[in-house]
Amino acid sequence: MEAFAYVAPKSLAEAYTVLANGKSSQLLAGGTDVIVQLREGRRHCDQVIDLKHIPELMGMRWLPDGTLEIGAAKPLAEIYEDAEVARRLPGLIDAASLIGGIQVQSRASLGGNLCNASPAADSPPALMVLGARLVIGSSSGTRELPVEQFFAGPGRNVLAPGELLLAVKVPPPGPHAASFYLRFIPRNEMDIAVASAGAFLRLDATGGRIEAARVALGAVGPTPLMSAGAAAALVGQAPTREVFEKAGAAAAETATPITDMRGSAAQRRHLVSVLTIRALEGALQRAREAR
Amino acid sequence: MRRSQVQARINGADIDFLCEPRQSLLEVLRDELGLTGTKEGCANGNCGACSVMLNGRIVNSCCVLGVEAEGAEVTTIEGVAHGDQLHPLQQAFLEEAALQCGICTPGFIIGAKALLDREPNADEQRIRHWLAGNLCRCTGYDKIIRAVLRAEEHMQEATKA
Ligand code: FES
Ligand code: FES
Repeated sequence: MEAFAYVAPKSLAEAYTVLANGKSSQLLAGGTDVIVQLREGRRHCDQVIDLKHIPELMGMRWLPDGTLEIGAAKPLAEIYEDAEVARRLPGLIDAASLIGGIQVQSRASLGGNLCNASPAADSPPALMVLGARLVIGSSSGTRELPVEQFFAGPGRNVLAPGELLLAVKVPPPGPHAASFYLRFIPRNEMDIAVASAGAFLRLDATGGRIEAARVALGAVGPTPLMSAGAAAALVGQAPTREVFEKAGAAAAETATPITDMRGSAAQRRHLVSVLTIRALEGALQRAREAR
Repeated sequence: MRRSQVQARINGADIDFLCEPRQSLLEVLRDELGLTGTKEGCANGNCGACSVMLNGRIVNSCCVLGVEAEGAEVTTIEGVAHGDQLHPLQQAFLEEAALQCGICTPGFIIGAKALLDREPNADEQRIRHWLAGNLCRCTGYDKIIRAVLRAEEHMQEATKA
């Protein structure tokens, strides 16, 4: 590995100062991607900035309106082991408990998974359908943006120099609403998605009509994708198999998959419709259980 | 690059060591501290051979920088036995012949111990799922799972007694 300096700021102010010291930086949260990439020469930097000593980035709390705010560097295992999070946001747990094995989950963070910006990452579609927002900070203040606007291409995000991803805010799904995320991999565990889908449904009080819907897709485009077509096929309809199949077909239209070692474009397009239907069925079941 | 001074508690002893920021915790353990029980399988986070406990959580030490261990508590395979008394998992791995080349074994034992310490009644499916981050190219896994189940039984009996 090339040599670099190591800095572990204890506050955001300190981190912004280090970021502006003119050296090239690599941010470190769980390190499960970054340390491997540095070792393999796929990343280079003068200094590694370890973010895990900054309290804001390691916390997790419920805001008064029921939004869950998760520090960007908080390890996945600490998120999905929280019983309250698991109860209120099962669709988030679907993704958080799927990323890597237990050794990876002890360290890897949502912030790292997002910043790494892999089109096949598991957390983006799950967060997109939940309507999550990202809090981005710099020495001049903070800004927020919807998670789907964070990705600029494979491995690229919209953070400007000097900016840090601070937190992920997940709003409460509300009554009669829930989300679900799943992926297709050729193995049982520990693999990268060939294709993945997240779905969110909000039903009316009778449970017979879809009031709001979101569908997001992974590994079938240069970034995770929202399917506006799938959402349009759902809203105002009854939550039936036929309607879900139409949404699945619309989602397949949204996908712009490529052929690579993990799967062909045609297989991925087919998977998108199947996974979308299953994600919708999973979300429907949870929404019916949610009160 | 200047070497940094790091203080950590390793297998119950306070240890001071010097390392370069680019050295992984795995490299520090093996090359600086002579704790060669922890193995390198892949050096990229896929195999779990380098598993150690870091502040109560199991991690791949090849994906941790040595400098990150500052102030931390680390347990390696060397810290699992009590003197000459093998841990029930170590004993069970021997009795079930759950190893061939042995490269994966320290990682499996650290991993299985992490699970059984938290969930003393984990069933076979839970054990297999938990150990999905540990790869073995020799045994085909069945003997490893049998050994973990046997150790679990022994540990349950020991707590009853
Ligand atoms: S050597 Fe660390 S995971 Fe394989
Ligand atoms: S015994 Fe050889 S890798 Fe497991």
